[in-house]
Amino acid sequence: MTRYMLRRLLQVIPVFIGTTLLVYYMVFALPGDPIAALFGDKKPPQSVIDALRAQYHLDEPFWVQYGIFLKNLFTFNLGNDFTQQPIAATLGRIFPVTAMLAIEALIIEALFGVAFGLFAGLHKGKLFDSTVLVMSLVVIAIPTFVLGFVLQVVIGVQLGWARPTVGANADWGTLILPAVVLGLGSFAYVLRLTRTSVIENMNADYVRTATAKGLSRPRVVMTHILRNSMIPVVTFLGADLGGLMGGAIITEGIFNVPGVGNKLYQAVLRGEGPTVVVIVSVLVVVFVVANLLVDLLYAWLDPRIRYEK
Amino acid sequence: MRFSRTSTALGVMAIAALALAGCGGGMDGGDPASSDPNKIIMAYSNEPQNPLLPANTNENFGARVVELLFEGLRAYDSSGKPVNVLAESIETPDAQNWTIKVRRGTKFTNGEEVTAKTFVDAWNFAALSTNLQKNASFFESIEGYDEVSAVQPSTDAAGKITSIPAPTAEKMSGLVLKDDSTISVKLAQPEADWSLRLGYSAFYPLPSGALKDPKAFGENPVGNGPYKMAKEGAWVHDESISLVKNDAYDGPRKAKNGGVTFKFYTDPRPAYTDLQSDNLDVSDVLPSNALKTYKSDFQGRNAAKPIALNAALVIPPYNPNFQGDAGVLRRQALSHAINREEICKVVFNDARTPATDFTAPVLDGFSDKIPGNEVLKFDPAKARDLWAQAEKIKPYDSSKPLLIASNTDGGNQEWVGAVVNGFKNNLGIPAEIQPFARFAEVLDLRASQSLPGLAHTAWQGDYPSLYNFLGPVWKTGASANFEKFSYPEFDQLLQEGLAARETSEANAKFNKAQEVLFKELPGLPLWYNSLPIVWSNNVTSAETGWNGAILYYNISAK
Repeated sequence: MTRYMLRRLLQVIPVFIGTTLLVYYMVFALPGDPIAALFGDKKPPQSVIDALRAQYHLDEPFWVQYGIFLKNLFTFNLGNDFTQQPIAATLGRIFPVTAMLAIEALIIEALFGVAFGLFAGLHKGKLFDSTVLVMSLVVIAIPTFVLGFVLQVVIGVQLGWARPTVGANADWGTLILPAVVLGLGSFAYVLRLTRTSVIENMNADYVRTATAKGLSRPRVVMTHILRNSMIPVVTFLGADLGGLMGGAIITEGIFNVPGVGNKLYQAVLRGEGPTVVVIVSVLVVVFVVANLLVDLLYAWLDPRIRYEK
Repeated sequence: MRFSRTSTALGVMAIAALALAGCGGGMDGGDPASSDPNKIIMAYSNEPQNPLLPANTNENFGARVVELLFEGLRAYDSSGKPVNVLAESIETPDAQNWTIKVRRGTKFTNGEEVTAKTFVDAWNFAALSTNLQKNASFFESIEGYDEVSAVQPSTDAAGKITSIPAPTAEKMSGLVLKDDSTISVKLAQPEADWSLRLGYSAFYPLPSGALKDPKAFGENPVGNGPYKMAKEGAWVHDESISLVKNDAYDGPRKAKNGGVTFKFYTDPRPAYTDLQSDNLDVSDVLPSNALKTYKSDFQGRNAAKPIALNAALVIPPYNPNFQGDAGVLRRQALSHAINREEICKVVFNDARTPATDFTAPVLDGFSDKIPGNEVLKFDPAKARDLWAQAEKIKPYDSSKPLLIASNTDGGNQEWVGAVVNGFKNNLGIPAEIQPFARFAEVLDLRASQSLPGLAHTAWQGDYPSLYNFLGPVWKTGASANFEKFSYPEFDQLLQEGLAARETSEANAKFNKAQEVLFKELPGLPLWYNSLPIVWSNNVTSAETGWNGAILYYNISAK
């Protein structure tokens, strides 16, 4: 077990170098001089431009820039972004907000998705099942930004039930609306995955055995059907957590959430290589850890799974 | 002075200028009995791009904070007229040697007195290149600026910069502190309108603490303006900045509310919903899709006033199709082929007015009757005729379409499309939009003279002066003259205008210089902007100053 985990964690290194190198190169290759863009057409003295360029190592070739970036990363000296703010402090602000948002969305989609999916699967072909199937298709078909704007206007402006935007002092309460929007798409997937899996497992040998043994219906459903149906769902949720952390750009934009997605978008627009890559690096770690947790959960869900021979 | 990327929060660049209370007129004071003078106004903004030092703030979102925190020698009233505030008098016998008397008795919010020294030290700090202040070039007219700014870097044979020279002086020789209340300024050459720029934020005074630790000061600035930072750390990065009223402030911009909290939005759309639900009180950045609906969404709670901005298309002189006599005729033809009236009406819903010159109507000295400006009238027949004349001199190379570069993050597609169609339909030449993802890309190509086609620009004034719209843009070697236009006659007239004793005389010269521009037509003026603002049900009303900045201090709560 320990060896397995160690091996998995060592895999992080090539993944990490590969992603950061790629992302750094892409930002580097973005056309447009980021320093010139800071000034528009009101050019300061050349000495100021040169000094700023040197400060951000923009006068160096790509490999030197990337090397300096790696060195700074491993010495925990993340430097400043183009607005002269320390990047480390920025990370400390944006990641908790987005983590809250992602976890809230994950709880919503997992709780409701599994519950609805289980119920639909157990009552396959009934009215609830067909309704839920159609509704989930509709939810999947509607793009996030449409859903976001509609919910924002209806719930936030017309009904006035919730603040339409998040802004400063984000907490669990103010993040509910964006979390629902963010979680809704995945909710439909979780629901459908659970339903299919439940239907499959209902006919499994061990379920028949359990029923024949005289176990109560709730026990059969919860322990034997549901637990065994969770493997594809957990796999999906694990990958989704990473996506929710980094891919909430649209939702964070609509609801003005001061989180990772918003910052990342701004940094890309400004061609701020270091900021983009630092944020992406953290996301890579989140992804890898989430996937590791998923793999470890497999063994708990299905004791037949072993990690080492 | 910046190119503004209309309607994107990131891009609207700017200015810092102040307007004075009581000069705007038409302010609806509201019912005094029900209004709460201590209420905090929530205003639209975004994360400032620099520490909050006046001379380092060259964009809109930092400028609006800095303007409220500081007071300068002069300020601009809502029509753009400069008025002395902390200056008792500004005098010059020859437009080159200036004597400024500073009003005594005012204080920074930390108790330090505002003296002539606080100005002189702040200006020297801003101009010294090692301090990396983005507005340093505002001091370029003062004698000794070259020594403190170290303008010329050393380069090797390949043109690569080898070293950044150190400044050879710490202080500008032309800036002299006579006594506690007198500053004497010697300019490198006479400039009649130099005192106009003293209302710009780069010229604000700084308390001594700012110079000792600029970094810490930029986080928690201490000023002498109508507002102060609510507390240590009132700037919550990526979220908001909270200002409260400075009770000790005694000047023309006395706050009518208890404070202003700038809420940061990276996108104007959520701000618009916040305004509709009264969670935000005032905004000057509307999403582009709301430009057609804001009047009905905010009935009786909106305003649009012309601002000092001139939008134009720049035609690169290195494009072979636009050189020589044929080039002049073709530029005129292009100008006649743009239906400015219709675009302003249909695309912009009358939020723009067709341009009649290279400056802006709100400026002192503006004239809509400059000889030669009839070239801005829509006249397809004349356009075709001029084009045909050019064909006789030198045939047009139509193997590649005429391109108009446009950044897609600025909401410009619709009008650029209309202009392109005008060229295609009225001149019968192939024309296309050349899209760019970001504003910086267009700027890069313009700076390296490699943009194949036309570019659109929007020049916004830093201080209300005709010269500010002509010199920095079209003069030989000017900072924003990316295409390297050079018209000696134009330069000469500008110089004469600067050396003039009287403003009216100077303005006459500047307008005469515009005639040269109309003859050569390096760029095609398009229109003047007006900036729509909207406000919530929580406040009585809002208005903007000459440059489009909201007069936050003048807003009162219901």
